Amino acid sequence: MNKSVFLGALTVAGLMAGVAAAGTMDDVKARGKLNCGVTTGLVGFAAPDANGVWNGFDVSVCRAVAAAVLGDQNAVEFVPTTGKTRFTALASGEIDLLARNTTWTFSRDVDLKFEFIGVNYYDGQGFMVPKSLGVSSAKELDGATVCIQTGTTTELNLADFFRSNNISYEPVPIETNAEAQQQYLAGACDVYTTDASGLAATRATFEAPGDHVILPEIISKEPLGPLVRHGDSEWGDIARWTLNALIAAEEYGVTSANIEELAKGTNNPEINRLLGTEGTLGEMLGLDKEWAKRAIAANGNYGEIFAKNIGENSPVGLGRGLNAQWTNGGLLYAPPFR
Amino acid sequence: MTLLTDPPKEQFRLSMLLYDTRYRSATFQVIALLCFMLLAAWLISNTAQNLAELGKPIDFGFFGESAGYDINQRLLDYDSQDTHLRAALIGLLNTLVVAALGCATATVLGVTVGVLRLSNNWLISRLMTVYVEMFRNVPVLLWIVFIMAVMIETLPAPRAFRGDNATASMLLGDSVALTNRGVYIPEPLFSRSLGDIHLLGESSLRFNVSLDLIVVLAVLIGGVWVSQFIKRRADRIQESTGDRPTTWYLRLGVIVVPLVIVLAALGFYLGHPELKGFNFKGGTHMRNSLIALWLALSLYTAAFVAEIVRSGIMAISSGQTEAASALGLRSNRIMSLVILPQALRVIVPPLISQYLNLTKNSSLAIAVGYMDITGTLGGITMNQTGRELECVLLLMLIYLIISLSISTVMNWYNESVKLEER
Ligand SMILES: N[C@@H](CCC(=O)N[C@@H](CS)C(=O)NCC(=O)O)C(=O)O
Repeated sequence: MNKSVFLGALTVAGLMAGVAAAGTMDDVKARGKLNCGVTTGLVGFAAPDANGVWNGFDVSVCRAVAAAVLGDQNAVEFVPTTGKTRFTALASGEIDLLARNTTWTFSRDVDLKFEFIGVNYYDGQGFMVPKSLGVSSAKELDGATVCIQTGTTTELNLADFFRSNNISYEPVPIETNAEAQQQYLAGACDVYTTDASGLAATRATFEAPGDHVILPEIISKEPLGPLVRHGDSEWGDIARWTLNALIAAEEYGVTSANIEELAKGTNNPEINRLLGTEGTLGEMLGLDKEWAKRAIAANGNYGEIFAKNIGENSPVGLGRGLNAQWTNGGLLYAPPFR
Repeated sequence: MTLLTDPPKEQFRLSMLLYDTRYRSATFQVIALLCFMLLAAWLISNTAQNLAELGKPIDFGFFGESAGYDINQRLLDYDSQDTHLRAALIGLLNTLVVAALGCATATVLGVTVGVLRLSNNWLISRLMTVYVEMFRNVPVLLWIVFIMAVMIETLPAPRAFRGDNATASMLLGDSVALTNRGVYIPEPLFSRSLGDIHLLGESSLRFNVSLDLIVVLAVLIGGVWVSQFIKRRADRIQESTGDRPTTWYLRLGVIVVPLVIVLAALGFYLGHPELKGFNFKGGTHMRNSLIALWLALSLYTAAFVAEIVRSGIMAISSGQTEAASALGLRSNRIMSLVILPQALRVIVPPLISQYLNLTKNSSLAIAVGYMDITGTLGGITMNQTGRELECVLLLMLIYLIISLSISTVMNWYNESVKLEER
């Protein structure tokens, strides 16, 4: 056999595999479905309802991206991931986008080679304890048994917090939120610690939420955001600007109720560019004019998504706080659409 | 003059590789091997290329970085500032602990059940059948999770032990506490301890050896050795005179008396667990994750061991039993002197596989949050550093080494019980 022909063929095959892996958008379009990594179930953020339909704050990001790219917010395959499996799932290409309460950190961005496309929830790590324990500060937790999800930033923060306060604890590593809830409610751990939003979401599902308090200490910064793999900037741009579109829509007052009306043209050029009646933003992304319109129409703008899933009038009951628009003193600030 | 000429010396031609049956199979084997090696080379180069494209070339440097996470069950000192390498070592020790505990328990339980399953007592043999079928036919993961859930949900939390109207109380004279966080038992302590020897300095593999333990072990081994000596002497006397001197108190004495003296000299006492703050302090804490994993693995594997033991015993012809009882041996002596030594030859090889299975199954530990090597190196470390390939390769290598070590040891044992052909 001609060795060089054979080796040449191998090289070509290898190169083609590399090329095929680069175009996530083409893959998604060819597949007709977006593979989106979510939690294994955290009410308000991502959980299947009684009919098996996924709902929640993070799920809405997946749906918005699917609506922008594929024109159908239901063209999403939700892949439940644990704190530990999520990065492998993304790095291996099993999922195209990870929207799972994931904290943007330096090492995840730089060392693990991911690209965070923004922040959809500014959070911090908190502690939840049963009221009956009579604890009022996290500093009183010396010797406590703490339930902690493995493979999270919260696991590292926890170690740092107890070490810097010179107090001891007994970690109980847990895979999923559901297991943590079971152990915590049975008293197998005194404390459950994770992102404060996750604590609120978990507590909302308890039979007697009033029996549990979230301690005042917030021991870390947890900017939670969706992420994609390094190295495919086109796909990263699509995800990033879809999220920005949701945030900008709230700022400009574009809602799922008035979007059809506004899409006929307004005298605000920024809205017009966002909704595609002016300019060629969609084309630049490799999408059509109405990509953002579809993304917003899917589940509403950022504010609507927040209110419906985790807002003050939902069972989870989180205030906007840091997650208000910059115009209201919050941190949400979408860059200009131009 | 010769009538028979030598057969014509055949010239080797290339086509013979294919058409000559003497060479054909070798040719095909070489081709298959080449193809296999090409495939492997392709896989490796493809992986390396893809990793390089991702910007993550293979690199084990992360081992020296600090791990940042805590581990609850640690046999050596460890804190979150230690390296990933040390975290892996702590995990490895946890794997070995649960594997050793599991193998020992599975063997004892399995042999007992296997023998009892052959019992003439209908009830006992049926009960053992039920046990074997129940554990053999349900995945071990379910048993692990089930035992854990039962412990968490049924046992009292530590705070139930507190106050005047405590709903739970400690057992055995306040020395043992069963809680839903695990079992606290007394721990052996020495008030006049000799201290530890510190080995390997400050490196990630450093460890301490307790001098007390070494002394106690040395005395114990010495005692057993002397006791063996007394036994051999008794054997000799029995052989020459026919009378066996009574030696059991001597043999027991040489083991127990020095041990008691040494323990007293070291100031041996039992430290009892006590409820302090959120948890019990003192004593040895066997976490519910360890107990769930250990119990489930041993109960599950014991079911298989029982079947192996049963088949081993049934492989010995019943004529042996009859012959032995004709010689006047009692039935338990027939079992221990005649049947089991022969049955072991049938039992040991499949038993090795069961030990290997148990050890590998211990990697299900993460289901209950037991921090074994899969939980540390293959779990948190892999997740925090993003070095999937390195961690998994290393993990495979470690399990391979553990398995091969078990096989080697068991094969030695197998050699020693093998039929000696004369
Ligand atoms: N933000 C942290 C923690 C994320 C995390 O694991 N959050 C929990 C609770 S807020 C969760 O989403 N659990 C859902 C599940 O178990 O699938 C990180 O990125 O490491």
